[in-house]
Amino acid sequence: MKKILEVRNLTKIHGRGCPQCIDSTGPEADTNICPHCGSVVAAHGVSFDLHAGEILGIMGESGSGKSTVVKTLYFDDAPSAGEAIVFDEARQWNLFSLNAAEQRWLRNHRLGMVYQNPHLGLNFNVSAGGNIAERLLMSDLSHYGEIRERARRLLERTEVLPERMDESPKKFSGGMQQRVQIAKALATQPPLLYLDEVTTGLDLSVQARILDLILEIQQELNTAMIVVTHDLGVIRLLAGRTIVMKYGRIIESGLTDQILEDPQHAYTQRLVASAL
Amino acid sequence: MNPNYELPLDEADYSFGFLDEFAKREVRRTILKAIAIPGYQTPYASREMPMGRGFGTGGLQLTLSLIGQDDTLKVIDQGSDDSVNAVNLRHFVELTCPGVDTTERTSEATLIQSRHRIPEVELSESQVLILQVPYPDPLVVIEPSEAKRKVMHGEGDYSRLLTKLYEDIVQFDEITISHRYPTRINGHYVIDPSPIPRYDIPRLHRSKALVLLGAGREKKIYAVPPYTVAAPLAFDDVPFRTEDFSDEHGARRTCGRCGADDSFLDELIADDGSKVWQCSDSDYCNQRLAEPSHEVSA
Ligand SMILES: Nc1ncnc2c1ncn2[C@@H]1O[C@H](COP(=O)(O)OP(=O)(O)OP(=O)(O)O)[C@@H](O)[C@H]1O
Ligand SMILES: [Mg+2]
Ligand SMILES: [Zn+2]
Ligand SMILES: [Zn+2]
Repeated sequence: MKKILEVRNLTKIHGRGCPQCIDSTGPEADTNICPHCGSVVAAHGVSFDLHAGEILGIMGESGSGKSTVVKTLYFDDAPSAGEAIVFDEARQWNLFSLNAAEQRWLRNHRLGMVYQNPHLGLNFNVSAGGNIAERLLMSDLSHYGEIRERARRLLERTEVLPERMDESPKKFSGGMQQRVQIAKALATQPPLLYLDEVTTGLDLSVQARILDLILEIQQELNTAMIVVTHDLGVIRLLAGRTIVMKYGRIIESGLTDQILEDPQHAYTQRLVASAL
Repeated sequence: MNPNYELPLDEADYSFGFLDEFAKREVRRTILKAIAIPGYQTPYASREMPMGRGFGTGGLQLTLSLIGQDDTLKVIDQGSDDSVNAVNLRHFVELTCPGVDTTERTSEATLIQSRHRIPEVELSESQVLILQVPYPDPLVVIEPSEAKRKVMHGEGDYSRLLTKLYEDIVQFDEITISHRYPTRINGHYVIDPSPIPRYDIPRLHRSKALVLLGAGREKKIYAVPPYTVAAPLAFDDVPFRTEDFSDEHGARRTCGRCGADDSFLDELIADDGSKVWQCSDSDYCNQRLAEPSHEVSA
């Protein structure tokens, strides 16, 4: 299988940092706050690979560093250390050594992000179609008719009524807003998509339909995805492999079935048990 | 500005051009930088002028920094040399730049300071057009943070501005921006071309005259150097269009005064309440009337 993403020793520290930060934080230390300098070690030593068409789950309790990982990989946040390589069709992108213009190009053309909070992913001052147009305009499309047609097809694909494409997503339900976000993220057909708690807070039936949509898209387009969630049900349904994080570190990783059937780490065991 | 402003006698040793030499030199340096980076909003230390900002202080500082004794200045406001604002600015220059000639004739001017219009007659390489700008940044409508706008300009990221045009077409079937139409200069920076109508935008394109734009309140100077590409933002299939002066039968309206059918027209209400159209560029209109052939053709 073709490798899409390789992440090695990703670290993100909020704060000044000190030589003892790493040794004084993590699951053993039972904190992600350095007692010496007060910095937050949001993630440290995070390494994994992702292959074409694969869905990788990242789970863990609140504050464990899940969003930190995808935010750095989407350039929303700069890492403190580490390396990440995106293997694109013709070339490799060493994410953390790109300049701002290269980052923006890669983000607009080859990556997609769906946030838990639709305000982060959507511009509520423009219509649903305009949100998708914006992303297409970023990738240098300049034909109004074509932009409109593609926006309509994307919204149709994510089951947003095309009649509503000229309305602001402000007026949409939470589930609909997530569908618009997914359509926007898919607009440039990126080979790599990040989904951060996309169904959290939605009704169960709405959740189920969005999860189905994500699976369908993965099968149709062979998009590789990182799915961040604290919901074991989401992990079970979507992710082939899963990473479990605690206090910024990976404490367990492997095939999702194995992790859920036979969790090795006591923390994972508790997570799984509490979900039953 | 007070039109009757006189320099106090004991301060009559103001330097030529009101601004001190340091201020003028800084403006000139900024102009050079602005010309070197076409369309880039170059910051400068805008001086206090004896009139409210918003009355063309940005344009005036450019004019005062460039004008010399052998220059001939024309000042227009809304196309007219006679409007209060134009008269006041012209008076101020006459007062502070002894020896400088002023004119209403576009062809005679070496420096033209203008608000709202570019003259109808094509400008030449030996002329400089100075446009007064109230709001220099076209991105201000979609991004409140100046720091973020700077990054967007630097990266040539105008997708959100284009999205606004998209939304405009969705709502109104056409791009409705009438003035200050966002225009890309030399393939990179998009500028606010000052409150000129769309009609004047094509005149920026490869203009023989240097065009300088000054925003006093926002402390920015930018330039469209001679022969530089100026392209209004548009879509491949929804091209940029200038104002349509057709009447209800599809015929081009003409100036009620000089008969011109190739000028930007202002709509006026005549004494009897009917609508009349007239050249907004008063010098263009006057020159046409003065032509010997005029009686014949009219
Ligand atoms: N800008 C910041 N400044 C300081 N600390 C931060 C900042 N952003 C995140 N953190 C901290 O970093 C840690 C990891 O945060 P992160 O958002 O990655 O957690 P998460 O696993 O996504 O949690 P949740 O499930 O609540 O979304 C948390 O302790 C958080 O408080
Ligand atoms: Mg999170
Ligand atoms: Zn520390
Ligand atoms: Zn006329």
